[in-house]
Amino acid sequence: MDSAVQTINNLTIGFKSQKGKQISILKNISTTIKKGETVGIVGESGSGKSTLALAMMGYVKHGLYTISGECLFHSNNLLEMKNKDLENIRGRKIAMIPQNAGQSLTPNLKIGYQIDEALKLHTDLKKEERDKKISELLNKVRLPSPEIMAQRYPHELSGGQQQRVAVAMALAGNPELLLLDEPTTGLDVTTQAHVLELLNFIAKDTGTSMVYVSHDLGAIAQVSDRVIVMYSGEIVLDGPVRSILKNPIHPYTFGLLKSIPKLTSPGLPDSMSGSQPQPGTIKTGCSFYERCNLAEDKCKNNSPTLEYIDDLNTSVRCFKYKELINVKETNLDSVKSINNDVLQNEILDISKVSISYAKQKFIDQLLNKIDDSNPTVQDINININKGETLALVGESGSGKSTILKSIAGLLKTKDGMIKFDKDKVLSNDLKMRDPGFLRAIQLIFQNPDESLNPNHTVEEIVSQPLRLYFGLKGDELKQKIIEVLEKVRLGEFYLTRYPRQLSGGEKQRVAVARAFAAKPDIILCDEVTSALDVSVQAAVLNLLQELKEDFGTTYIFVSHDLAVVRAISDRVAVLYQGRLCEIGPSKNVYQLPSHPYTEVLLGAVLEPDPDVKPKLVAEDIVEEKPPEQGCSFQGRCPRILGDICKNEVPPWQIGENGNSIRCHIKVEDLKKQQNIN
Amino acid sequence: MLLLVLKRILLGFITLFIVSLITFSGVEVLPGDACTTYLEREAYGAALEACYERLGLNTPAYERYISWAAGVLQGDFGYSLSGEMRINDVLGPRVKNSMVLASASILIGIPIALLLGIITALWRDKLPDIIISTITIFSMTIPEFISATLLILIVAIWLEWLPGIVIVPTGASISELLPNIILPVIAISMIMTAHMARMVRSSVIQVMASDYVQMAILKGVPYWTMVFKHVLPNALLPAINVVALTIAWLLGGVVVTEVVFNYPGLGRLVIESISNRDLPVVQALAIILASIYVSINLIADLMTLMLNPRLKSLQIKK
Repeated sequence: MDSAVQTINNLTIGFKSQKGKQISILKNISTTIKKGETVGIVGESGSGKSTLALAMMGYVKHGLYTISGECLFHSNNLLEMKNKDLENIRGRKIAMIPQNAGQSLTPNLKIGYQIDEALKLHTDLKKEERDKKISELLNKVRLPSPEIMAQRYPHELSGGQQQRVAVAMALAGNPELLLLDEPTTGLDVTTQAHVLELLNFIAKDTGTSMVYVSHDLGAIAQVSDRVIVMYSGEIVLDGPVRSILKNPIHPYTFGLLKSIPKLTSPGLPDSMSGSQPQPGTIKTGCSFYERCNLAEDKCKNNSPTLEYIDDLNTSVRCFKYKELINVKETNLDSVKSINNDVLQNEILDISKVSISYAKQKFIDQLLNKIDDSNPTVQDINININKGETLALVGESGSGKSTILKSIAGLLKTKDGMIKFDKDKVLSNDLKMRDPGFLRAIQLIFQNPDESLNPNHTVEEIVSQPLRLYFGLKGDELKQKIIEVLEKVRLGEFYLTRYPRQLSGGEKQRVAVARAFAAKPDIILCDEVTSALDVSVQAAVLNLLQELKEDFGTTYIFVSHDLAVVRAISDRVAVLYQGRLCEIGPSKNVYQLPSHPYTEVLLGAVLEPDPDVKPKLVAEDIVEEKPPEQGCSFQGRCPRILGDICKNEVPPWQIGENGNSIRCHIKVEDLKKQQNIN
Repeated sequence: MLLLVLKRILLGFITLFIVSLITFSGVEVLPGDACTTYLEREAYGAALEACYERLGLNTPAYERYISWAAGVLQGDFGYSLSGEMRINDVLGPRVKNSMVLASASILIGIPIALLLGIITALWRDKLPDIIISTITIFSMTIPEFISATLLILIVAIWLEWLPGIVIVPTGASISELLPNIILPVIAISMIMTAHMARMVRSSVIQVMASDYVQMAILKGVPYWTMVFKHVLPNALLPAINVVALTIAWLLGGVVVTEVVFNYPGLGRLVIESISNRDLPVVQALAIILASIYVSINLIADLMTLMLNPRLKSLQIKK
């Protein structure tokens, strides 16, 4: 059991900068992966975790090279092996499950062929045996009708199915070591929980060692025996999963855990200041010095070494870890609760809104007619009060972003009406909207890389709404820009910067500043934190909350992450396939009894705690279209009653906590059923 | 799928219709007409009237367009001015000659371009790439009339290996043509090959950097299997359209090169009939060149559609 599958000794990988300087991405990594062990490697983007995983297969990306050290598989150094020999190890002894299976499957080859290729390379099976094995593998990863699946092209599968194919492909060669590079990032919560459960099953079933690379501590907690925390290319903490997640003795891990919003403790998580240093910028001292609360002079000038602590079975790279050993785990929970001043003053009234993506036929276009009996989004009724934060939650395809775009005027509604400030009807057509309404409703997008013009400086980006809506010029404009930037904690220094010179968190702050510069009444936030690292996410959430308290702005907050929504919202609306399932005050929606879909979603949330397992109640089938009639959730509902759900749209019921549930099952019955489970 | 093909063909015909309208009205708008050109200084009075009568130019423009278009649809372009010959008889051998020249350039150019593109991409930033890329960029920048002249100077005059100009009758057979077209083919295919090679190179490099190629490597797929199974099919797909554009562009190159080498093809006919103001021939040529352009692009689109499983299934679903 204790024999090592892979041993990494003093591995340093880096690149040559344009000035010919050698810059390291991985610094002096040493660790061992034992047989049958699952090791989680955690770190934020840029921490070097993916580079490390690739090095474990003897693969170094174009532009990078090995500066020193070795990666021993049993006793062969993969980094010095010839390609010919590596071909016999890759896929056969060590297999990789990639981050984005959709992009990692060759688009012009059928699923069956791609698995067969691995079998042909790594086994001696004959054609018929291989065909049988393909079905077996697809069956093992729980894909329906394997024979048909094998004949499909990658793009014909859903994200979750593609990820399962990647797992099947990796298992084809019966590897001793499986490397998983963010295998569930980008999947829906329920799909993610199912894939993780599958991986756990495979680890037990085959006895394969696994290295699970992720930024998501929730996922890591579910699968790992041991966790390695990486920061800026170094291992800062390495130990058993429970001790790492329940009593993190490195200040970075401590801060990281504190900045994750949790379902169990409402309110905003604490944020860590700053961001991870760029490779090559740290010359002396601890790489976490700038962001550390415990830092002292010693940390600035001396680099701590990785120190093994016997009674915790943990290695830590910190001078001051002793101060954290006795911190009780309850202190990890976030503390700051939100307290919004919600006025009983309706600011937005969405009534009976339907939106259709169906393409108009040419003749219908002439007649200005939309013919779609089953629109993407249907019958949405929501009122939003001034100063409130309303969250729209749902998986991909639930229509949450679609609704947001309609409010902003980017998408035309098919039916229904959106009223602003009680009685002003917002026009369906963006061009017909009053400029005042355009100013009043601002949008912040998911990905600041794409929403900020790369050829504009921060000054130009923030000046646009100020010039457009308030006609500011010259010194007055500049004063105002600086004022707005200071509000989002970016100083004058940033005026001349281009987006590419900013970190992810800074870019999103600029996007927030641009939205607030218009002095809007409502800000629409479309997955604003999902492209950010955990520690940065907490900072942006806190910033949004502070700005809201200062300006009394109303937020409509779209997210797939239930924990983030729990942290920031007053009221939550749960959507499935473009139809509302449940709406009510957050603390009540997150409690049972709730709509069966809400229950499924809540069950699938991964907490960064190895002792809290997700509850998988429903299958993770992907539905392409909402059902023609009846309840939108009928296809996946674990509590389906029968024909009534298939034929009749369920009625709204008021739950005992003031949340409205749209279900055929009586609230009392839901309560009984959900309490039993 | 079939519907889509039909739609594309219909669109092609609409394009041709518009081209015919533009050329026809262009000829109409120009000062002077066929009769003034033909009669030159005697273009006045009764002689001019008689000429109009004979050529039918005194009928309104739209009537002439309709009768001309009806003729073109039946493959009859009418009569040329200068020789009073049927245009079909003038065009026939010229089209054949140009086709020989163009297809020879394509048959030689495309395989070389693919090969060079793939080599430069696979040996990116290494010696083969540096050498080939320098040459291709160099030959891309020289216009064909210069490279053609240089070829004549070096190969025909200094080395005396090949004839410098083509002296064959217009109706020569293919076997008579072949030895004469070596230099024109080289001149034409140089730029085209260089353009295509660059395109193929960047496309292959892009695919080589993709996640699925990295995955194939990590799966243990041997290098050349990876190149042929995972890289090339995906890299060459987007190249098809660019190749089509390059071929269509080659038509223009053919015009210049044919004049330099005195080659009896369509290109020389274009120049000749424009300088003779032989308007019916110019019209006919415009339509022919436009149809070649449209059909090449159509073929390329259909090929991309056939070969790309993603587009194919998308169409079937609809």
